[in-house]
Amino acid sequence: MTLAAEVDETSPEKVLAPVLSAFWDQPESWTLETYHRHEGYEGARKALAMAPDDVIAYVKDAGLRGRGGAGFPTGMKWQFIPQGDGKPHYLVVNADESEPGTCKDIPLLFANPHSLIEGMLIACHAIRSSHAFIYLRGEAVPVLRRLHEAVREAYAAGYLGTDILGSGLDLDITVHAGAGAYICGEETALLDSLEGRRGQPRLRPPFPAVAGLYACPTVVNNVESIASVPAIMNKGKEWFRSMGSEKSPGFTLYSLSGHVAGPGQYEAPLGITLRQLLDMSGGMRPGHRLKFWTPGGSSTPMFTDEHLDVPLDYEGVGAAGSMLGTKALQCFDETTCVVRAVTRWTEFYAHESCGKCTPCREGTYWLVQLLRDIEAGKGQMADLEKLNDIADNINGKSFCALGDGAAAPIFSSLKYFREEYEQHITGRGCPFDPAKSTAWADGPKTAHLGVNA
Amino acid sequence: MSDVQLGMPRLPAPDYPADVRARLDADAREVISRYPDSRSALLPLLHLVQSEEGHVTRTGVRFCAEQLGLTTAEVTAVATFYTMYRRKPSGDYQVGVCTNTLCAVMGGDAIFDALKEHLRVGNGETTPDGKVTLEHIECNAACDYAPVLMVNWEFFDNQTVESATALVDDLRAGRAVAPTRGAPLCTYKETARILAGFPDERPGAVEAGGGAGPASLAGLRLAKGESAPGRVVAPRAAARPAAEDRPGTGPRPAAGEAPATHPSSHDAPQQTSASDPSNPAGPAAEEGE
Repeated sequence: MTLAAEVDETSPEKVLAPVLSAFWDQPESWTLETYHRHEGYEGARKALAMAPDDVIAYVKDAGLRGRGGAGFPTGMKWQFIPQGDGKPHYLVVNADESEPGTCKDIPLLFANPHSLIEGMLIACHAIRSSHAFIYLRGEAVPVLRRLHEAVREAYAAGYLGTDILGSGLDLDITVHAGAGAYICGEETALLDSLEGRRGQPRLRPPFPAVAGLYACPTVVNNVESIASVPAIMNKGKEWFRSMGSEKSPGFTLYSLSGHVAGPGQYEAPLGITLRQLLDMSGGMRPGHRLKFWTPGGSSTPMFTDEHLDVPLDYEGVGAAGSMLGTKALQCFDETTCVVRAVTRWTEFYAHESCGKCTPCREGTYWLVQLLRDIEAGKGQMADLEKLNDIADNINGKSFCALGDGAAAPIFSSLKYFREEYEQHITGRGCPFDPAKSTAWADGPKTAHLGVNA
Repeated sequence: MSDVQLGMPRLPAPDYPADVRARLDADAREVISRYPDSRSALLPLLHLVQSEEGHVTRTGVRFCAEQLGLTTAEVTAVATFYTMYRRKPSGDYQVGVCTNTLCAVMGGDAIFDALKEHLRVGNGETTPDGKVTLEHIECNAACDYAPVLMVNWEFFDNQTVESATALVDDLRAGRAVAPTRGAPLCTYKETARILAGFPDERPGAVEAGGGAGPASLAGLRLAKGESAPGRVVAPRAAARPAAEDRPGTGPRPAAGEAPATHPSSHDAPQQTSASDPSNPAGPAAEEGE
């Protein structure tokens, strides 16, 4: 405690709050043994001693909100599950982490998979489910190995199976590997995919809470949301609410990437700013300045250096015109061509559009055509209005949020960097040298090469 | 479309040899038993047939359909939706270069272009020795290690043109290659079996690759006061057995390696099932089997 007093209020020790990541540096952090050494499954013991409805109320009171993008209160999602309906209930964990820039769930599951399994145990007790699924994107085989092993360990230790810890709760967990489709991160597309179909979103209502997997009441939660529950149960809702703000309480993983000196995972109370994160992690790479960044993946409207002090919580980012999303802070410096960046994201959305609805399927295709022309110096000024118009015809008019995500980089880049688009048109080409933005552009002293620790 | 044989219905795909079929039947029963509804087993079963043949053949489609009581059309509709299911024979090692925006900007485009030139193959093509299939891939959730390359879906972090070139040379020469995070490489077929839900049985596979990578620990180290501000992460390259990417010597963008322009043209429209003659959905004649 004396040490804490000496620590500056702005020091990383004070500002950061590792909870999920607290023991990632321990040897064999992924094992049940290590998890036990760090109060593993203590939260589940407390939860199993409570009535299911009380667990739901507790998580609701804690104020935990979804960490997968939308920020919907987790406890409320659980509460929507009808009880006494005679149907099986399912918990499906969305581990299809594919949003460009997002890289929090994969390292979390690689280093600490039991936090997810314990969270699933608590959630299934709360919603009265005896079969849960982890839908992991297929392109992460090292994580799949760890999940297979963690589930095996949990069965062997009696945390899964029948009459868990003498509570009478039965629970099976099935680890399911996807097969490569960004759209399966959308919860209803994920359910269709888990049912063995093409991953296309469903019309809502009915919402998954009423008719989800196999048309039964289903909760779909992000990995980080569920993995945050054990700590809440173990350390208390007051402890959780002591971090972050009234409407955005708690801790979360911020993923810093791009032209920064210290890319990586930074777990902190909600509401930290990018300036704070950059200050403590060494800033942008030496000799460069921030040009644009995303607060929560490519689907959240981009920010510029004007937004360095925006509090990174649900309300703060929303008020500044974007969304907290997945807290994937992709930072680009002045060497980066914004037209190139947006073109590439748009190609991604066009590739990943599932084809179910016309605005998204056709709109993303035409956006790519226009953007490629502009990037190659073959665009016309009228194309900028056309881009805006097509994006407007996708945004809010598509079947699911993929379309809105595709429109976000278009709108925001035109808002902040219209001049740069015009330069590509009047200058008949891209004024940037892509070689300058590579990780190795500035020689061996860049973050990429770094010191040999 | 000239090779469409009007009026001639296609013959059903041949079945697997009896011993293979018996083995796969047992595997399929295990996969199906994990789900309340058998159709949920379709994605893992498609991974399973890929683990047998390296790609989804008409025989594999027929197998899945028979296991689940579906039509081959229903199975094909699913198999063609997901990018991880291959529709043609490919290499033992799938080398995927992330060219989504962040990795592309950080060097993924330069790496992808260099590998295309070095291997003399295009996107989705395989080297003549059948070892390496080169692909550009989308964001693989490792942005704090950009630029990232995946080989059979194992992470190769913080790559350079030089390290990537040496990597594919090692793969083609049969030299041992270790990912920066994850287990020693297995072949694409073996990887597909893990994806079907059969745990990797190799001793030490779960432990291999160790714990969280350096970037994953960046915040934790700061929070523990272990790392001064501005301290940058260790190069994952230090863990690589090969000598091509020693810290300190430093990769340099050699003249001519970086593309003069970046036309983003490698993401050309994919062939559809209707236009792709090797697609199991037809409508072309029998594939060579």
